[in-house]
Amino acid sequence: MALARVNVRAIVNRMVQYATARLDASFGALSDATRRGVLEQLERADASISQLADVFEMTLTGMKKHVGILEAAGLVITEKVGRVRTCRLGRRGLEDEAAWIERRRRLWEARFDALDEVVEELTRKEKARGRRKR
Amino acid sequence: MGEGNDKSTRVERASEREVVVTRTFNGPVRIVFEAWTTPELFMRWWAPKSLGVPMITCEMDVRVGGGYRVAFGHDEASATSFFGKYLEVVPNERLVWTNEESEDAGVTTVTFEDKGGKTLLVMRELYPSKAAADEASGGMAPEQFAQLDELLEELGAGVGGKP
Repeated sequence: MALARVNVRAIVNRMVQYATARLDASFGALSDATRRGVLEQLERADASISQLADVFEMTLTGMKKHVGILEAAGLVITEKVGRVRTCRLGRRGLEDEAAWIERRRRLWEARFDALDEVVEELTRKEKARGRRKR
Repeated sequence: MGEGNDKSTRVERASEREVVVTRTFNGPVRIVFEAWTTPELFMRWWAPKSLGVPMITCEMDVRVGGGYRVAFGHDEASATSFFGKYLEVVPNERLVWTNEESEDAGVTTVTFEDKGGKTLLVMRELYPSKAAADEASGGMAPEQFAQLDELLEELGAGVGGKP
């Protein structure tokens, strides 16, 4: 009766299928020391591609290639503002507090909407019975 | 936000280890309490359709020290069970139970309060650690099931259909 981690097996099976499809991309992305370094760097703070190129002492083109591979694997998200492309860590495994709360809220709202229907139905029935008795 | 007709469900992280869910129901405390402690009624709402997985069994021995067990799944073989026991039972006021299906599961406290014929319900889940609270995903939210289904369809050809 916990916040149901429902039907774990079925979900895991699906996750495995999903993971299988993404394994190549992820392993490929993580097989390179520079790309692992980029992830560590982004864990500390978002950075532009040129900043990253500076840190890892490589050309802009070279860094773009690395970031592209990380992005394709879903590990990094980039966003272009003006002439600067900023990189941050992808959402996977990094859920922020607001999303965490919202996920729970939706589950409980679905349950409690259903509970409210049950409560209203029982309340109506009770009132009807009360009227008949009088 | 006023309390009167507010049907919204609020979720707060009260502390590192505690999550609080609040909602007002349109009926008297007595009936809301009944819906939490009667298996036939409980089964009607704890696993709403949008959850994607039906509840197949629900047993409750609602008294201090009494146990409960609920199972979700599409059939007995693949069902997942949740179980524990009641630590406190105060009719129409308060329920406290343990969640014993995993070491990271906590203790749940539900209080029922009369608000002029409506019921203010406050549910607290206290986890053994911050990590456990973080991990407890709140279950799969409906949209996640939908997302998974979409993904599966998308991948269906690639994953399942490989020669």
